[in-house]
Amino acid sequence: MMLIPCPFCGPRNEDEFSCWSEAIPRPADPSSLSDAQWVDFVYNHRNPKGPVREQWWHARGCRRWILVERDTRTHDVLSASAAAP
Amino acid sequence: MGVEELPVQRFSFLSLLRNALRYRKGWQRMWRNPEPKRRYDVVIIGGGGHGLGAAYYLAKEHGVRNVAVLERGWLGGGNTARNTMTIRSNYVRPPSVPFHEGSMALYRELSRELNYNLMVGRRGMIAFLQGTAAARTAARMANTMHVYGANYELIDVEEIARRVPAFRPPARPRLPLLGGVCQPDAMMARHDAMAWGFARMADSMGVDIIQNCEVTGIRRDGNRVTGVETGRGRIDAGKVGMAVAGHGSVVAEMAGIRLPIEVQPLQAWVSEPVKPFLDQILVFSGYGCYMMQSDKGELVIGGPTDPYPSYAQRGTFPIVEQVTAAVLEMFPALARMKLLRHWAGVLDIVYDGSPIISRTPLDGFSVDVAGAGGFKTTPMAARMHAWLIANDEPHELIRDFGLDRFERGRLVFEGGVSFNR
Amino acid sequence: MSDAQTRRLPAGGEIDRSRRLRFRFNRVELEGHPGDTLASALLANGVRMVGRSFKYHRPRGIVTAGAEEPNAIVQLGGDEDEPNARATTLELREGMQARSVNCWPGLRFDLGALNDRLSGLFAAGFYYKTFIGPPGDWNLYGPLLRRMAGLGTAPERRVERSCEKRFHHCDVLVAGAGPTGLSAALAAARSGARVLVVDDGPVPGGMLRESTVEIDGMSGREWAREAAAELDASPRVTRLERSSVVGCYDHNLFNVVERSPPLSFVDERLWKVRARRVVLATGASERPLVFADNDRPGVMTASAALAYLGRYAVRPGAQAVAVTNNSSTYSVVRALADAGLEVAALVDLRPQPPPALAGEIESRGVEVLTGSAVVRALGTREVRAAEVASLARPRERRRIACDLVLCSGGWDPRVHLHSQSGARPRYQPRLACFVPGESPLPQRSAGAASGAFALRDCLREGWEAGVETCRDLGFSVPAAETPRCSEEAPLEIEAHWESPAPAARGKAFVDLQNDVTSEDLRQSVLEGFRSVEHVKRYTTAGMGTDQGKLGNANVIGVLSRALSCDPGEVGTTTYRPPYVPVSFDTIAGRERGELVLPARRTALTDWIENAGAVMFEAGAGYRRPLYFPKSGEDMAAAVAREALACRTSAGIYDGSPLGKFELRGPGAVTFLERVHANRWDDLAVGRGRFGWMLREDGRLLDDAVTFRLGEERYLMFVGSGAALHVEAHLERLLQLEWPGLPVFLTVVTSQWTNICVCGPRAREVLGSAGVEDDLDTPALPFLTMREMQVAGVPALVARAGYTGELSFEVNVRARDGLAVWKALLRAGEPLGLTLVGSEASMVMRCEKGFVSAGFEGDGIVNPFDAGYGWAVDMSKEDFIGRRSLARDARVGGIRPKVVGLLPEDATFVPPDGTPLVECGAPLDSPPVIGYVSQACHSPNVGRAIALAVHDDGRRRIGERIEVAAIGRRAAALVTRPCFVDAAGTRMRD
Repeated sequence: MMLIPCPFCGPRNEDEFSCWSEAIPRPADPSSLSDAQWVDFVYNHRNPKGPVREQWWHARGCRRWILVERDTRTHDVLSASAAAP
Repeated sequence: MGVEELPVQRFSFLSLLRNALRYRKGWQRMWRNPEPKRRYDVVIIGGGGHGLGAAYYLAKEHGVRNVAVLERGWLGGGNTARNTMTIRSNYVRPPSVPFHEGSMALYRELSRELNYNLMVGRRGMIAFLQGTAAARTAARMANTMHVYGANYELIDVEEIARRVPAFRPPARPRLPLLGGVCQPDAMMARHDAMAWGFARMADSMGVDIIQNCEVTGIRRDGNRVTGVETGRGRIDAGKVGMAVAGHGSVVAEMAGIRLPIEVQPLQAWVSEPVKPFLDQILVFSGYGCYMMQSDKGELVIGGPTDPYPSYAQRGTFPIVEQVTAAVLEMFPALARMKLLRHWAGVLDIVYDGSPIISRTPLDGFSVDVAGAGGFKTTPMAARMHAWLIANDEPHELIRDFGLDRFERGRLVFEGGVSFNR
Repeated sequence: MSDAQTRRLPAGGEIDRSRRLRFRFNRVELEGHPGDTLASALLANGVRMVGRSFKYHRPRGIVTAGAEEPNAIVQLGGDEDEPNARATTLELREGMQARSVNCWPGLRFDLGALNDRLSGLFAAGFYYKTFIGPPGDWNLYGPLLRRMAGLGTAPERRVERSCEKRFHHCDVLVAGAGPTGLSAALAAARSGARVLVVDDGPVPGGMLRESTVEIDGMSGREWAREAAAELDASPRVTRLERSSVVGCYDHNLFNVVERSPPLSFVDERLWKVRARRVVLATGASERPLVFADNDRPGVMTASAALAYLGRYAVRPGAQAVAVTNNSSTYSVVRALADAGLEVAALVDLRPQPPPALAGEIESRGVEVLTGSAVVRALGTREVRAAEVASLARPRERRRIACDLVLCSGGWDPRVHLHSQSGARPRYQPRLACFVPGESPLPQRSAGAASGAFALRDCLREGWEAGVETCRDLGFSVPAAETPRCSEEAPLEIEAHWESPAPAARGKAFVDLQNDVTSEDLRQSVLEGFRSVEHVKRYTTAGMGTDQGKLGNANVIGVLSRALSCDPGEVGTTTYRPPYVPVSFDTIAGRERGELVLPARRTALTDWIENAGAVMFEAGAGYRRPLYFPKSGEDMAAAVAREALACRTSAGIYDGSPLGKFELRGPGAVTFLERVHANRWDDLAVGRGRFGWMLREDGRLLDDAVTFRLGEERYLMFVGSGAALHVEAHLERLLQLEWPGLPVFLTVVTSQWTNICVCGPRAREVLGSAGVEDDLDTPALPFLTMREMQVAGVPALVARAGYTGELSFEVNVRARDGLAVWKALLRAGEPLGLTLVGSEASMVMRCEKGFVSAGFEGDGIVNPFDAGYGWAVDMSKEDFIGRRSLARDARVGGIRPKVVGLLPEDATFVPPDGTPLVECGAPLDSPPVIGYVSQACHSPNVGRAIALAVHDDGRRRIGERIEVAAIGRRAAALVTRPCFVDAAGTRMRD
């Protein structure tokens, strides 16, 4: 069980959170993308073996979404930050 | 293939007896440990069930024998070694049913075909319906499967208790038990034996199985694959097939391809072995977990995937706790059984939970991704992958399992897949 | 002392001779003392044979004195029902009833022993090579062979124990309270750190419990007791006895199982320990040597014999032969000889052991045979003699009578926890064992666990580990004062795994429990297996209940010889948690019964249950009423009555589980525009609107009804099952994608009780309940919300609902919920107000063709397919899912559409999920063109109706298709998906 340093609550066990995979901003203007580009955004994942910046929701805590940099090989948490000011 | 033509030492009770008398010096090697050649017609990346199977079917059904299977560790050491050995077919989409039913049919004959006992045994699977939503899903599954001729039964609680003597319906269950859905043909098999059986036969037909050979790059000439880079040097190939459960994204990235998959650890665990008391595979739908008893007497238990991507091949303990609590809710007498060992495999979970057996934007490079755990589909997926490699065209059975289904928005949803954008 | 305890010494040990404990083993009544384990009590009574082996059913005896034990596995009966208990760690209790497992009809005569004679067949890989058929296959042979599987029998009755879990945080976790662990804990405690010390013994000390070496002028046991007393006196130290650290997980989280915690009614406690730093002082275990028939009862590790002597004052035999490849055995033999156990010979594989050691032993009458090996143990049910040969003249055999063969093949650091952290142990040739490598977690191994086997080194390394760990953490560390003890002989091991002098007969076991022999290992190498993982799987070595703790090192050693390589190249297999098996009830803890899945309740759930509703699990943890049967009514009748009432008089149901979100802020309308497929910028205050929220892939996420309560204030209602998911979705967008958008989302789901009154007389019901406001359509049209008084309390009343009838949703503060519910029921009684369960709601949604994301929205259907094109505004520049809908439109092709079905047989309700096929399609595997998403008997239409998802279905309206249910194929007419009030006037007017 990972210990995730919530920037609002301090270190908390992973089972207080939900993970929603890699943080990739939604394209600002989806209609300017080709079908192929859009499909790539919607379905495909980089799914990296190594560090990745993910979106985690502190669902059983402060209910804030935070950005967690985590290594998918080791589960090392490299950083956790508030997403918005 | 007739008995006489078998290119390998034939296993039987007689051969066993003969070797027992010869102090067991007469056994042949199961497979060679060759040095990689400079060039093969086909290179398969991944020496698990899917990869070894693809090589076997290439050699056997398409006469393509100049094939190498490259395995970064020991053959059959990935998800082949980590799954819970269950073979079932319970799906709702038209393309899924014939594919999975076909896989079960192949399994039933596989021991004889490979002359190697995979211990494929009919056990039957009973899913406990714990709630109306589960009952609806089960009804849909049963009706769909039925159209395709699959054997599926809806049974009531008394019937479950009759078939599973160790189960005593709890007086006040947390979740109501409405009945069960039974797939009598569900099977268990010995997972290692499948890899070994495929490897032995493929090797005998000339396939080079190269262990401890990690692929580090995919070579290309323009839009055409030309081979692979490995820890043991460059290997040229006319075609390259990928069958690397749990590492699909990593290998595909070498080919410049992104796939609609995410890795998730799936845990399983076993109890200490006890005398057999449970024949069937039991699924507790309301708790999202299952239990069965292996041929060795261990209870094999598992639950949902861990809720985040991981390549670490280890799981998080809360899953074990939740599922164990659920098992005791259904079988309170098992309180003093003991957890012996728990582990995790890494699944390539496809967006819609269905397999991808497909050509890719890189010519000559094909992929076989299981979708949501691939032991049950191994022979069929491998056979279809071999077909695809040999013919450059998907077989009718897998026409809906191509990567293009995502571009067209025609997914084959099986089970809720949670990751989202 | 009982006469039966013939092997018990008159003095010494940790047992309490003043009390006797009676117990039964295989139905024979025996006695032991408090402080005994079952194993020590059996040995004290002269019981040597305790079980049969797994495959060959060979007689087996006690081999170890700890968790490594492969043989002494028993079934506990009486007031317990537990399989596979380990006698060597099981504390003896009054009345304990144990019996041997895996033998039939009995331990002394076991039919399964026939397998031993046929062992040539049952060698490694046996199953893989046969039973392939014909005749028959695994379906025939498997069930027969499976009967041989397993050790004990699964418990058949529930024996209730009290188990709980506890979280604990500490600066330093010390695993093990032997000399290393105590030393580390003392140093850490004196530095002021919060320390947790965990040890599996009933008393501290580890190997000091039987050691003969003095520390600081005290016996080892005394020193350990004093050290423990100092730790116990410190308020920052917690010390657990009878506790095992069983698992190491991410970020230094450890599972600790505490058995029989003191001062509590708890039987077993699972500690979850988050430690900043860890000192692994788990010691080492002695491995046996491999020689022919090394499994005979009476063959045990040398250190086990010393433990039985030192801890329990038991002589495990009368006359011993010891065999070793290292110097540690000399002090064991010396102690045993001093305790009066006759040791005939010490057989040392090394040609030239240190002369001083030999001299000490010889002076006690022990013959030392150097450069020699035990070739074979003789005897069947127990050892009668050892066959010994000099390695220089291996063909000359000599028999030495004995009933005990003590062996030592070296020591293996217990690297299990270390390995669980993700580290790889490395081979240390000087010590002929695997020692810890680099751990990725802040942990360090010390003492015997790191390969420092001498007591002096353990004390020093433990102290250093404690000091350095605390220094890292910023504590001020105490000055060095390592405890002093006398020098011991260094190990000077010579790597031998298997006796180098081969025996003509007999089996040499590497894994005693799974009956794996060294010959099996060599055969698997011959067959081409090279990886230790393959060999393990092929032979099953290391897969027993001891998980190879005793045998794995020998497996690796024998393999390295067969492969002509270094044991380090063979490597270890993966160590999986738990270190020792853990009971299911301990893992479940208090999460039993209702708590296995905590249920959510509304303010009305108690009342509804008391009213006799049939409850069901509705999703999201809610238990809801399925229907409210009147006496003598079955489900169909009750549901029909309820659904009919809603359309003819009035119905009432608890809608509180609906997800409710309050949105506030100047960006709220923009937000609604972006997350819905339809328009929101023209919604007036007081009005509400229905809308689909889509996923980015263009598929249905959930439908919502949202009211505008003020200029910048909205109240959104979403489906109860999807509420959490929708909340996550919306919050993610707000916080991560559009952080600049000024909107606050507050979940108010449980703040409001939502009561829906529906039906043509709904208005009258509210009026009777004291609502004075004008509820007529002009004043309160469909999809408006007003604040008003209901039953004397403030309420938000909305014209909305899921039935297609005139419908009011009354939202009141949760604390007012029950009173308002009762008031409405009272008011409605003369008007025929009927309690309505969820099943009737589903019938009404089916009648109306309201698409549900959970039924029709199965990941493929988009809102156009669902018939909700009117609720999609593609002219909006962007909304979540829009781009995917545009893609769908461009790709085109045949899409699945939501339609209605009328079975031609008006009484036939096809089961949900029934596939649709063309009329006249073949019976065998016809092309499937859709499926029934929900079907029911509609009391309002008076016949069976269904909703379905049908490929290209909208074009097929008016045509016939067939529903292919199990056991029945029936024709049905494709219709528009609405069977009641297609114009929607009842709901609106």
